[in-house]
Amino acid sequence: MTAMNKVNQYLKSLLLLELFKGLFLTLRYLFRPKFTIRYPEEKTPQGHRFRGLHALRRYPNGEERCIGCKLCEAVCPAVAITIEAEPRADGTRRTTRYDIDLTKCIFCGFCEESCPVDAIVETRIFEYHGEKRGDLLMTKADLLAVGDRWEEQIAADRQKDASYR
Amino acid sequence: MQMAESLIAFAWILAKSLLVILPLLGVVAYYTFAERKIIGYIQVRMGPNRVGPQGWLQPIADAAKLAFKEIIIPAGADKLLFIMAPVLSMGAAIAAWAVIPFNDGWVLADVNAGLLYILAMTSLGVYGVIIAGWASNSKYALLGALRSAAQIVAYEIAMGFALVVVLMASGSLNISEIVRAQEGSIFTWFWLPLLPMFAVYVIAGVAETNRAPFDVAEGESEIVAGFHVEYSGMPFSVFFIAEYANMVLICVLSAVMFLGGWLSPFPQLAEFAWLGGAFWSSGFHWFVFKVALFMFMFLWLRATFPRYRYDQIMRLGWKVFIPITIVWIVVVGVAIMAELPPWFDKV
Repeated sequence: MTAMNKVNQYLKSLLLLELFKGLFLTLRYLFRPKFTIRYPEEKTPQGHRFRGLHALRRYPNGEERCIGCKLCEAVCPAVAITIEAEPRADGTRRTTRYDIDLTKCIFCGFCEESCPVDAIVETRIFEYHGEKRGDLLMTKADLLAVGDRWEEQIAADRQKDASYR
Repeated sequence: MQMAESLIAFAWILAKSLLVILPLLGVVAYYTFAERKIIGYIQVRMGPNRVGPQGWLQPIADAAKLAFKEIIIPAGADKLLFIMAPVLSMGAAIAAWAVIPFNDGWVLADVNAGLLYILAMTSLGVYGVIIAGWASNSKYALLGALRSAAQIVAYEIAMGFALVVVLMASGSLNISEIVRAQEGSIFTWFWLPLLPMFAVYVIAGVAETNRAPFDVAEGESEIVAGFHVEYSGMPFSVFFIAEYANMVLICVLSAVMFLGGWLSPFPQLAEFAWLGGAFWSSGFHWFVFKVALFMFMFLWLRATFPRYRYDQIMRLGWKVFIPITIVWIVVVGVAIMAELPPWFDKV
């Protein structure tokens, strides 16, 4: 019996059976549909919870939402947010400075989670770059500009997520 | 008068050689592209598809990049040998093409000792490798060269024996004659009576060109890139072209020795016009099909198998292939003496 097995084994290895098995497996993969995404022309689908570039939102009447509570600054694990705030002439408290250093940010979304007034949000924008040192340091004006430009999309995304919160 | 005649003869030879070499370089360039594409497809991705339409200009971009790179010669290197080594391997890789018949009569030098010439030229390639490894004055290059040389020498024996069997079966050293001896149909080609030799030759060919799964000479993970680790720019690309030219040469030789070169698999079908008629008669296109088949196989093997361990490679070469070839020499010898039809009755 063992002699028979040995002969069998020799025949198997001489006929390269296992090698042909492997070859046909890879041949099948040759004809499979490919996973490659041709990036600028094709894009992967994006969820409404996508965490990209930050934005500061405003209320529909034009008043900025942020009340300068500094919860986001406190929760930020990368210490990327710097806030200075003081009362305005009308007695409400607003920020005088709201900086996010995108080179520090890890896009965890904690700032958005912690915000009591939904002021700081992360948008779907991920295609941005900086050409000079400091380009990726977003100031309050920059963040508000992003918010103003994409408010429609931001609001729609928050709406979709509302029932889960 | 004599002078002018010999000059014209020389120019004519030069033109004919260029007619082989230039298309060969084109094939090599696009073989690298095919390699990246096919391996990409087997790995369920697309491979290069950015340079030019669908990536078709990729090899040209690669060549241009290499041509403009700096040639770095290590301080401790033997300069003369360092520069000569790629030239040697390239020269050997290209010289062998002189006796390859592409079609009936399409051969640069129809010499009677063609097979011997091929064996000589393919063996010369190893000197380029050894000299490159030694002249680089680097331990990785030297180790790579040693591995590569040992492997090439070991597999050359099995390859030589496989060709000896072909020589016995065809009764000629002239490569065109070897193809003509296979005339008939797909079943009279030598792959069938010499099937074990066919397998040994193809596998030994893969090992001989240091291709995956026998690429321990390059072994990225242990000795970086093997014998050409110190080379950059043009000398590197010359090595690269030589390696691929050798691969194509092995494909061509397998097609010529075992699959009947330019012969049609079913020449009888040429009489039926409704089947394509002239397509089925022997010709250059069959040669191209067969070579392309082997070229694809090289890439297919690379995409499928993991690298052999070094001692396994040596075991396969010395303890498996050489005994098989010797046994088959005896078998074919007996078959020839018995004039076994349909292969050996006309020898």
